[in-house]
Amino acid sequence: MQFNGASLLIELLKRQGIGIVAGIPGGANLPLYDALGRSDLRHILVRHEQAGGFLAQGMARSTGNAAACFATSGPGAVNLLTAIADAKLDSVPMVAVTGQVSSGLIGTDAFQEVDTYGMSIPVTKHNFLVRTAAELVEVVPEAFRLALSGRQGPVLIDLPKDVQVARIDIDRMPAPGSADPAPDPDGAVLASMARMIAAAERPLLYVGGGVVASGAEEEVRALSVMCGIPVVCTLMGLGIMSPEDPLHLGMIGMHGSRATNFAVDRADLLIALGVRFDDRATGSVAGFAPRARVIHMDIDEAEIGKIRRPDISAVCDVKRALKRLNRLVARTAREQWLAEIDALRKEHPVPVPADEAHPWTLLNRLARFTPESSIVTVDVGQHQMWAAQAWPVRRTRRFLTSGGLGTMGFALPAAMGAALAHPHETVLVLTGDGSFLINIQELATIAENNLDIKICVFNNGHLGLVRQQQELFYGGRYVASRFDSRPDFAAIARGFGIPGCSIRIPHDEGILARALSTKGPVVLDIEVPETENVYPMVPPGKSNVEAISSNRGNA
Amino acid sequence: MNGLPNTIVKLMVKNHPGAMSHITGLFSRRGFNLEGILCAPVDGGAQSAMYLLVRNDERLEQIVKQLRKLYDVKSVVVQDDLDHTVFNRMERLLSEAEAAV
Repeated sequence: MQFNGASLLIELLKRQGIGIVAGIPGGANLPLYDALGRSDLRHILVRHEQAGGFLAQGMARSTGNAAACFATSGPGAVNLLTAIADAKLDSVPMVAVTGQVSSGLIGTDAFQEVDTYGMSIPVTKHNFLVRTAAELVEVVPEAFRLALSGRQGPVLIDLPKDVQVARIDIDRMPAPGSADPAPDPDGAVLASMARMIAAAERPLLYVGGGVVASGAEEEVRALSVMCGIPVVCTLMGLGIMSPEDPLHLGMIGMHGSRATNFAVDRADLLIALGVRFDDRATGSVAGFAPRARVIHMDIDEAEIGKIRRPDISAVCDVKRALKRLNRLVARTAREQWLAEIDALRKEHPVPVPADEAHPWTLLNRLARFTPESSIVTVDVGQHQMWAAQAWPVRRTRRFLTSGGLGTMGFALPAAMGAALAHPHETVLVLTGDGSFLINIQELATIAENNLDIKICVFNNGHLGLVRQQQELFYGGRYVASRFDSRPDFAAIARGFGIPGCSIRIPHDEGILARALSTKGPVVLDIEVPETENVYPMVPPGKSNVEAISSNRGNA
Repeated sequence: MNGLPNTIVKLMVKNHPGAMSHITGLFSRRGFNLEGILCAPVDGGAQSAMYLLVRNDERLEQIVKQLRKLYDVKSVVVQDDLDHTVFNRMERLLSEAEAAV
């Protein structure tokens, strides 16, 4: 078959199951777009390359499949880097294809030339600079294999323009790249783990994004029920347990509930599954689960012992390991430990906000008007932490947020990817007035594709989490955290051809309900109290049990 | 050099223009110390043998694990037995460089 490099790349992407690619064309990827235009691959024209990367992430995070995006050389590639770094930190499988200046011009400071290869090394799992069209037959399946294997992540393919136009004859197309089988844990190790679980009086499951990636939520729930083991999760692990499950203690860490963090403090065994002991989850590492022995399972060997040395560990696929472990453990009631947990919950109840306008109340209302199967994308800041605390996340891959990198601007373009991958589901964006502005240009993409996305802007006129920290830890010296200009987001939405409405305090339930039940995109600019803080909060450097509950310290 | 005992990590690496950046970039990004590098092509130029002089401290295990994750790195061996002679042989070159400073 006759190809040029560009049409070969498109054909190889299709063979990987890619149906939608997001991106922006430019000088160095024009041949790629020419080939794209001749194919049946659907292209979504975003308005900033970063949004193309987040759109791909929205597809990948909501489906578990690898997604792809395109950018041109120079500024296009540089704009994409934030979304790639974000995918690296949250282990999201994606393949980015960037145009590059022709091979002969590389290194000459040519127009729109940057060292994309060099700049993407630290933020990708791996990257390729393709030197001949023939290499694509190996590089593309290899890129997808790498993105999907082991700990998933982003891979970048940098494709010089001369390689895109080079003619090539291919006799046989390669098999699509797919995930390598994950290693199985040793039977003796699993037996030891089962004995540790049997011997523990206060065991706790600590679960995160690795459980989601592995699809092991059923196995986690089964282990929890069978052995009476309460479950705490990370931000990336929300949805593994049902919010109504009495064994689910919710999110740990900086903004976890006090009872949850105290439970970790008392545990004598921590069963850490698909987690990396991130600093936002552990607080001061020395003070994290100080009484606990640790079982650690992760697919990335480098995570074992990186932060906390486990007593026993396995580098494995969590789902397959738990299937076997669950056959080795005995049914245990653990009434005493569960009673202790109940007592902790009574001692440290989650406070009911007195203020009708409190974001928790608003979130509860929004949840009531949103179908249970909805996908929620959440930006970064106070609204993110309130949502992590209060949103009823019932399934995995339904609460998408930038956990590791904490990238403001994530939610809107990620929602586009979720909406494209799930055209029959409701997609809700929870964002703040700070985060929304960072990728607000994507309202054009949403309007153009008539994506059914409900955008809820929690508008407090501040970079709220910055303001909160300045109040609590910088003597109330507020620097650059207040927005003096307050744009009319409803009017801006209308300018993009999207209905918008402003909702002031007290929040009118009727308007919220109507807006969320009307088909098509909408922007709801919702006023929230300007100086409300996220509590509890563990002060930086402190251990999780030292969380403060109000601006006067512990309430 | 720094008072801390060093050891040598030997890598076999796929030989291509970007491989060195991946390895040195890992050390700078993760804040690992790298005291010296020796690198030469083997296997008819298909692979490179790389000798890294690193500190033998509690971070060595993490360095080795992170190196193993690099796509171009085919093998990682900590060679306590090498006695740094591979670097000592460079003494003459280094003293010349020293004299030129």
